[in-house]
Amino acid sequence: MITLVHVQVLSAGLFCIGLYGVLARRNAVLVLLAIELMLNAVNVNLVGIAAFVDHSKFLGQIIAVFVITVAAAEVGLALAIILRLYRNKGTTNVDQLNLMKW
Amino acid sequence: MTPLVLFYIAGAFALGGAVGVVGTRNVVHAALFLLVALMGVAGIYLLLFAEFLALVQVLLYGGAIIIVVLFALMLTRLQEFSSGVMENKQWPIAALVSLGAFILISVAVARSQGGAITDRAGPGVLLLGESLFTQWAIPFEVASVLLLVALIGAIVIARSGEGEP
Repeated sequence: MITLVHVQVLSAGLFCIGLYGVLARRNAVLVLLAIELMLNAVNVNLVGIAAFVDHSKFLGQIIAVFVITVAAAEVGLALAIILRLYRNKGTTNVDQLNLMKW
Repeated sequence: MTPLVLFYIAGAFALGGAVGVVGTRNVVHAALFLLVALMGVAGIYLLLFAEFLALVQVLLYGGAIIIVVLFALMLTRLQEFSSGVMENKQWPIAALVSLGAFILISVAVARSQGGAITDRAGPGVLLLGESLFTQWAIPFEVASVLLLVALIGAIVIARSGEGEP
């Protein structure tokens, strides 16, 4: 039987792997992929709690739908920004994209 | 097979794909590993009675986002990453922070009271659609406008301006 703890530990694992990817990767596109992993971890958590708490209201699933929508918008915008940065700066290495760094 | 065995299989796909995303040196392989991870997550959605979300996951991530990411990888230069290291200098700290966060969350979750997720009957997708278009109609429309604005913004940003190459 699946318990809530199973789902939450899996979600925590996905989230922390994504966190490592965001902090450690050098390529901006790979950072974006790691952010997608973190968003999916959040969705797993939401769906798991929705299945655990109340089957009839679907609150967690509906919020997960909105998270997926925002994630799609985020990917589109972020990739456009990365393409633009690459055209202007000639790199997608986040270590070199320190224009706004104080 | 029991749901728990299926859950472990789908979870292994999700976590294995995730490790591949952050571990591989080839950026195209990273995008394909992300696809594996997202399909594992779709399997977990199915096991948690979220059939609609599983379908959306396969269609949107598998069909759209991975393709867009692959296009972006092909349009940016990959050579500068092909030989050198893929991680920046702070990767040991990043690994430490992620591991610490995982242990912290796991301990907190294990101490909480999480019971079994029981089976349920009834038309899940039907009720979800009804709820989405009655109670949640205005947030749904706002989300669609957000998506439209974001995609128009993406086109405007990515398009080359006048006189630029």
